[in-house]
Amino acid sequence: MARRLSWGRLPVVHQLRQSVGLQRGMLVAGLVITALFLLTALAAPWLAPYGFSQLRSGDVLFGAQQPPSAAHLLGTTVGGYDVLSRVIWGARTAALVIVVAIAASIVIGVLLGLVSGYFGGWLDRVLVVLCDAVYAFPSLLLAILLAIVISGGQSDLWGGILAAAFSITVVFIPQYFRVIRAETVRIKAEAFIDSARVIGTSHRRIMGRHVLRNATRTLPLIVTLNASEAILTLAGLGFLGFGIEPTAAAEWGYDLNKSLSDVTSGIWWTALFPGLAIVLAVLGITLVGESLNDLADPRLRSRRAAAVGAGEVAETSVVPGGTLGAGPAGLGGLEGSGTLGDEGIEVRP
Amino acid sequence: MSAQATTTGPTASRASGAVVTVRDLTVSFATDAGPILAVDGVDLEVAPGEVLAVVGESGSGKTVTAKTILGLLPETATARGAVVLANKAGTSESDVVALSRSQLRAVRGTDVAMVFQEPSAALNPVFTVGWQIVEGLRAHRRVGRAEGRRQAIDVLRRVGIPDPETAVDKYPHQFSGGQKQRVVIAMALALDPGLIVADEPTTALDVTVQAEILDLLRRCRDEFGTAIVLITHNMGVVADLADRVAVMYQGKVVEQADVRSLFEDPQAEYTRTLLEAVPRVGGGVVNAAARVEARADGWAEGAPVVVAEGLRIEYPGRFRKPAFVAVDGVDLSIRPGEVLGLVGESGSGKTTIGRAIGGLTPVTGGSLSVLGVEMLGARERDVRPVRPRIGFVFQDPASSFNPLLTIAECVAEPLVVHGRAADAGDARDRVDELLESVQLPRSYGDRYPHELSGGQRQRASLARALALDPELLVADEPTSALDVSVQARVLDLFAELQRDLGFACLFISHDLAVVDLLADRIAVLYRGRLVEEGTSAQVLGAPQHTYTKQLLASLPVPDPVLQAARREELRALRV
Amino acid sequence: MTTTTDQVTTADPPGTGTSRSTPPRKKTSGGGGLGRYVLVRFLLIIPTVFILVTTVFVVMRSTGDPITAALGGRLRADQLAERIHEAGYDRPIIVQYLEYLGGIVRGDFGTTISDNRPVSEVLTTYGAATLELAVYALIIAFLVGVPLGLLAAHHRDRIPDAFLRVFAILCYATPVFFAGLLLKLVFSVGLGWFPVAGRASTGAELQMMALPDPSGFYVVDAIRTGDPAVLGDVLMHAVLPGVALGLLTAGVFLRLVRTNVIGTLATDYVDAARSRGVSEHRLVRTHAWRPALIPIITVMGMQIALLLAGAVLTETTFEWKGLGFMLAQYLQARDFVAVQGIVVLLAVIVAVTNFLVDVLAALIDPRVRY
Repeated sequence: MARRLSWGRLPVVHQLRQSVGLQRGMLVAGLVITALFLLTALAAPWLAPYGFSQLRSGDVLFGAQQPPSAAHLLGTTVGGYDVLSRVIWGARTAALVIVVAIAASIVIGVLLGLVSGYFGGWLDRVLVVLCDAVYAFPSLLLAILLAIVISGGQSDLWGGILAAAFSITVVFIPQYFRVIRAETVRIKAEAFIDSARVIGTSHRRIMGRHVLRNATRTLPLIVTLNASEAILTLAGLGFLGFGIEPTAAAEWGYDLNKSLSDVTSGIWWTALFPGLAIVLAVLGITLVGESLNDLADPRLRSRRAAAVGAGEVAETSVVPGGTLGAGPAGLGGLEGSGTLGDEGIEVRP
Repeated sequence: MSAQATTTGPTASRASGAVVTVRDLTVSFATDAGPILAVDGVDLEVAPGEVLAVVGESGSGKTVTAKTILGLLPETATARGAVVLANKAGTSESDVVALSRSQLRAVRGTDVAMVFQEPSAALNPVFTVGWQIVEGLRAHRRVGRAEGRRQAIDVLRRVGIPDPETAVDKYPHQFSGGQKQRVVIAMALALDPGLIVADEPTTALDVTVQAEILDLLRRCRDEFGTAIVLITHNMGVVADLADRVAVMYQGKVVEQADVRSLFEDPQAEYTRTLLEAVPRVGGGVVNAAARVEARADGWAEGAPVVVAEGLRIEYPGRFRKPAFVAVDGVDLSIRPGEVLGLVGESGSGKTTIGRAIGGLTPVTGGSLSVLGVEMLGARERDVRPVRPRIGFVFQDPASSFNPLLTIAECVAEPLVVHGRAADAGDARDRVDELLESVQLPRSYGDRYPHELSGGQRQRASLARALALDPELLVADEPTSALDVSVQARVLDLFAELQRDLGFACLFISHDLAVVDLLADRIAVLYRGRLVEEGTSAQVLGAPQHTYTKQLLASLPVPDPVLQAARREELRALRV
Repeated sequence: MTTTTDQVTTADPPGTGTSRSTPPRKKTSGGGGLGRYVLVRFLLIIPTVFILVTTVFVVMRSTGDPITAALGGRLRADQLAERIHEAGYDRPIIVQYLEYLGGIVRGDFGTTISDNRPVSEVLTTYGAATLELAVYALIIAFLVGVPLGLLAAHHRDRIPDAFLRVFAILCYATPVFFAGLLLKLVFSVGLGWFPVAGRASTGAELQMMALPDPSGFYVVDAIRTGDPAVLGDVLMHAVLPGVALGLLTAGVFLRLVRTNVIGTLATDYVDAARSRGVSEHRLVRTHAWRPALIPIITVMGMQIALLLAGAVLTETTFEWKGLGFMLAQYLQARDFVAVQGIVVLLAVIVAVTNFLVDVLAALIDPRVRY
C-alpha cells in the first residue's frame, strides 16, 4: 500500500499518466523528439557517414558547397565538410553542453537558494539583488563575456564545451536560485516546518529532510526549459564566433554563421539543416517542459469530462487524487470544506 | 433514508409555484482518481421568499448542487436531470441543465444570483465595486452611465454600506471582510432576482460579522421577497436563517423538513448524528466539574507551566511603517494539568500567543515564562532543552505533515530528533503505541499524509505532539478545518487523552462552544488585549465585558426557537 | 509626483484595513503607497546597475588589459608597453576601476582601440538603430502575441489552442538568426520581395544624411526628407529583421498572455461575474485580462533582455548597423573597451526598462495605487 505509487511517482512518468487529450499528445511528441535527439547524440559515430572534421574520403576532397547528392545527402559546407555528418555530430556537442551546464548550475543554484531562502537576513537580500541583476542581464551577452574569459574565444572540444557550459551555468544559477528560494520561502511557512521547529529539529535536518525534498519538485520542469535555452545560447555563441573550432567538434551555431554568406547566393542546404536541427531539439525539449508546467499547475491542467452518472460516491472528507502537488485536486477544490479564514497577519512569522 | 417520503415544507407558501425545482439531479466529475459522483439523484424545491438551507459536510455535494442551479459547473463535470428555474414574477421557466450558453447568461443575475464563500476572492481586485455592479446591470439592460451609478449607489445603501456615494468608487481591498460580503450581496440583489444561492456566505467571517450578514440575508427575504438557497455546514446558521432544511450526505438528500421539525424531531440517522455532534455552549460544565473533583489538594499552588506578564508581541513594519502590535500587555498563566481556552476572532492575537509559547515568534516586550524558561530575548539554544516538554498541534491538517514522509516517519520525528530512537524504524514500537492511543490502526503508519482524511491526520498530529509525553500542549485551532462530526470525535479523543495523561494545555479557538467543551478556564482576547478571564462557568455563564457578551450572543445556537430569542438579545446588545 | 510628507499621514495600521479612514477623495492619486513604491523601486536600479557594471569590468579585466587583447600579436613588446602606459592600464586595478566608474557617471566610456573613436560616440550613433529595430519587433510582438494569446486562452485545450501553442513554441524554439536566414532565403533571395540586408539603400541613406541634424531613427529621418520613395525603402528594409525578432518575442508574449489569462479565468471573481450574466467574451477580455495584465507586464519587462540579445543576433544576420552588429564587429576585433561600453549601456537599458515596467504594473494595480 505504502510504496505502491513508487513507479508512478517518478517525475515524467507520473505526469504522462495523469495527462489527457491534447496535453498528452504534446507531452508524447516532446518525449519522442527528445529521445531521438539524445539517441542521435549517443550514436553519432555510427549514424554519421563521415567524421565531423573529415574533408576527404580516401584521397578525394569532398569539395565546398556541393549540393545534396548520393555521396553527401545534405550537401557540403563552404569549408568542405559533409553537412549531414556535422548535423549528427552537433547533437552530441549540444547534449554534452546541456548536461554539464545543468548539472553545475543545479548544484550551485539549489544550494544557494536553499540557504538564502531558509535563513533570510542580509545574505538573502544580497544574493537576491545579485541574482536579480544577473537575471535581468541579457543572457547571451553574459555568456559571451564569460566565453571570452574562460576560453579566450575559441578552443578544442572539451575546452570549448566547458567554456560554453560554464558560461551558460552562470546564466542559469540565478534561475535555480530564484525558484528554489521562492519554494523554500513558501515551504518555510507551511505548518510542517513549524511542527519540525517546535520539536527542536536542527536547521540542517529541517533543510535536508523537510525543505529540500519538497522544494525540488519543480526542478524537472526548469531543467527542461533550461535545456532548450542552453541549446539556443550555445548556438548563439557559435553564431557570433565564440563556438568550438570545426576541427574540434561539430556545432550547429558555428555552421550557421559560416552559411550566412551562402544564403545570399542562394545556397540553402548549409543553413537549413543545422538550423532545423536546433529547432527540432529545442522544440522537443520545450514541449516536454511546457507539458510538465501545465500538469503541475492545477489551473492549467485539463481533465476529461466524466461520463454521465459514472464513478463512486466520494467518501466524506477524504481528499481524492493525491497528486504530487498539494493543489486543489478533485473534489477538494470544488467543495468549500468549511475551512475558516486564516488569521491574516497572525500566521506570518 | 428516502428523501421524498419525508415532509415537504409549508405548502401554503408555494401558491405561485416554486422559483427553482431540482429534479433527479446527478453530477459527476472527472478526477485523477477516476470519475466521482458528486450529486446523486437530488430533488429540491424552493418556494418564492423561502430560505432553503442545504446542509452537509464536505463531500456531500451541496456546493455542486448550488453551482448547478446557476450552471456554473466546470468543464470536467457532467450533469443529468433537470433544474427548472422560474423568474421572480413566475411568468417564465427554463431548465438550466439544458440551456444554451447565451440563454444561461440571460438567466444569471436576473432570475438567480450567487453569493460566494470568500468575499475577497469574489470581487475583481482591479475594478471599483461600482463598476462591477454596473457591469452586471449592463449585461442585461441598456443602462446609461449616470443611471447605472445611481442604481449602484442605491443597492449599496440597501445592503448597509455606509456612505455609498463614496464607496461606489472604491476598490475591493479598501473594504473590510464583512463589508466585502455586503458588496457581494449587493451585486446579487442588483437585478432583483427571485432567487439567491448563497454558498457558505459566512464561513470566512468572524462570528460577530456573521450575525450581521445573516441579518442582511434575512432582510433580503423579508423586504425584497427573494428566495435563498443557503449552503452551509453550520447548524447554528441553519437554525438562525432557514425556513426549510435539506440534509445532504454523500451526494444524496437524506432528509428534508421545515426547520423546527428537523431540529426537534430529526428522522434520518445521519441528521441525528450531525445534530448531536454540534458543540453547544454550556455542554462542558459537567466535564469541568468532574476534572475539578479529580484534582488533588494543593493543586492550585503548584508552579504554573506558563506565566505571561504584560506580554507584548510586535511584528516589524515594512518600509518605515509602524510596527503592528499583535499582542498588547496580556497577563495569563496555565497551571499544571489545566486546560486554558484562548478565544478570539481573527486578528485578536490568539495564534501569536500560541506561537510565542512554542518559540516560533519572538516576544518583544513584557515577560513570558514557559516551563521556567524566559522567552523574551531567548535564543534557540536556551529554548531547546524545554522543547521536548512542549507538544504542538496545528490548525491545518493538510499542511502540518511533510507530504513526502509516511505518517510513522512523521510521528517518529520528535523521538529521533531528541535521541530517543536512532531512526524511524527503531521508533516504530512507540509510534504504533501512539497511533493506537489516538485510535488509528497501526497500518496507517505506512501511509502518506494525503492518504488520510482530515480528521485522521489531525489525530496523527496529536500522536506526534504527545510522542515525548509533554507537560504542555499548545493546540492552535486543531478542529476548525474539520467537519462537525469529525470535530466531535477529535474533541472527545482530546479530552480523554488530557484526562489520562494530565498535560497542561493551551487550547486556541474562535469557537466558544468548542472551547467550553474542554477548558477549565477561558481567556477572551480582543485586538491583542485580554478582555476577560475566568472559569468556563464564569465567562460563559455571566460574562462581564461587552465584547464577551457580544461574542456569546453572536454565536448562533442549533435550535431555531432559542435562536430567535437570542437574536433579539443580540439586537438589544448592539443598540 | 508625491512629496514625502503625505506618506506618513496616510499610513494605516495594518490589519484594520483602510475602509473606515479614507476621507472622500477620489483620484487625488499617489497617497503613500505608490509614491513610496516608485521611490524604493527607483533606488533599486542603482545597486543593479552597479553590480552589472562591476561584473562586466571584473570579467573583462580578468583576461588582461584591453591593449594586449586587441593588439597582442601585432605590436612589438616595447610598443605594446608604451601603449599600455599611455592608456593608463599599468596602474593599480582599483584606480582604473574607480576611474571607469567616474567616467560612466560623466557619460565617458573610454576610447575604442581598433578604430580610436570615443565609445560614447559609438553608442549614440548606433544606439538609435538598435532602438528602432527593438520598437519594430515590439510592435509586431504585441500585434501578434497578445490577440493570439487571448484567442488561445478563450479556446483553451481545443484545436485553435493547440495550433497556437505549437506556433508559439516554434517561434521561440527557432533561433532568431536561423529565422532571419530562412526569411532571407525565401523572401529576398527566392522571391526578391525584400532587400537582403542593411537599414536602407545607399541612395536613401545619402538623402537622409544630407538632412540637418539627422536623428538616426531612419523612419523619422525618411519622413523628414519628404520623399515617399525613401520612406518606402526604409520600411522595406525593416520588414524582415522586424519580423524575425518580433516573432521570437511574439511567441513568448502569446504563451504569457495565455497562461495568465487562463489563471485568472479560474478565479472566483470570474465565476462571480459569470453568475451575474456577463458574457464569456467579456469575461476573457475584461475580467480576466486586466488582473492578468499585472504579471504579464512584469514578465514582458523581463523580455527586454531577451529582445536585446536577440537584436545582437538579428543585426548580425541582416547587417543592420546597430549596437548588436557593432558588438559582433568589436568582438571579432577583440576590442574590449568598445565591448565593455556597449554591454554596460545595454545593461542600463534593461535595468531602466524593468523599472518603468514595474511602475506601469503598479499603476494598473489599485492595491498599490491606493
